[in-house]
Amino acid sequence: MRLIVHNMLSCNIRGVANKFPLRIEPKKIIVKEVDFNPDFLKHMIAKIDWKALVDGARSMGYTELPDHAPDTTTLESDESFLRKFHHSLLELHLEEGSLVCSETGRKFPVNKGIPNMLLHEDEV
Amino acid sequence: MKLKQLEGLLGDLEQFSNPKVELEQYPTGPHIASRMLFTAENSYGDITDKVVADFGCGCGTLSVAAALLDAASVIGFDIDPQSLETATLNAEELEVEIDFVQCDITKLELKGQIVDTVVMNPPFGTRKKGADMEFLPAAMKVASHAVYSLHKTSTREHIKRAALRDFNAKSAEVLCELRYDLPKLYKFHKRKEVDIAVDLWRFEPK
Repeated sequence: MRLIVHNMLSCNIRGVANKFPLRIEPKKIIVKEVDFNPDFLKHMIAKIDWKALVDGARSMGYTELPDHAPDTTTLESDESFLRKFHHSLLELHLEEGSLVCSETGRKFPVNKGIPNMLLHEDEV
Repeated sequence: MKLKQLEGLLGDLEQFSNPKVELEQYPTGPHIASRMLFTAENSYGDITDKVVADFGCGCGTLSVAAALLDAASVIGFDIDPQSLETATLNAEELEVEIDFVQCDITKLELKGQIVDTVVMNPPFGTRKKGADMEFLPAAMKVASHAVYSLHKTSTREHIKRAALRDFNAKSAEVLCELRYDLPKLYKFHKRKEVDIAVDLWRFEPK
């Protein structure tokens, strides 16, 4: 599971108000390089929940992201920022671990990179 | 990538080893899958450099097709762990990066506007009545630009009405009619092969 996916997953247990983001408890992380696509990344800045990304990256051991995304006007010339954004969004993989709901403490397991978001009967 | 080349690559994918009839697990053949994704990209620019979600991805045929057409990110969603294992192997084999999520599509809660396009070959509702009409609203909630989906031609008017009236569609268009050939997969299938008329739909959310 990469952070681009984490940035959209929320807790779907019935009645939970504080559903997003899920906290990451990693057990195994791998890094896989993919092609750098600056146009795509610039397009994504506005759509990503920045705090969730920074916190998610930190819990995966990557602390290089700034607390706030830079202004879109400075993005053109800020390749170093885009490279960090690229790395955190698309190259860090949570292979084993859990995604934890902040409100209920419920752990959604992640195995072989796949989060299991299936609910138990009493959670639906 | 040319259509023929895409079709060829998709033909090599592993399919369901033990398909589960209650989930209506049928492989999406390379002929349909390649045409579906090729049209989505060539006519509408909905795949390359976009975030694409595959709802009910099964063994990942549509996900792999999206990745081969250079989607920026592809995420496959399915309820069945065995299919997801096969999908993972398929992605590795074709050397494409796809994220997978195990979930019940009808209970999924995705935040934000990250997904541009949803592609899917949903259940037709032959085993669990109404299954076809559960995937569509879920997809319409998630996609920010377009949903591509396959439904039986016999349900055309019903789908159009439901999409426009109930599922927040700004537009609902049948792009083409295709023949979906289903090999004899399950014990109750009497004929060796049967083909069903299906519509390839494109929906735009409001």
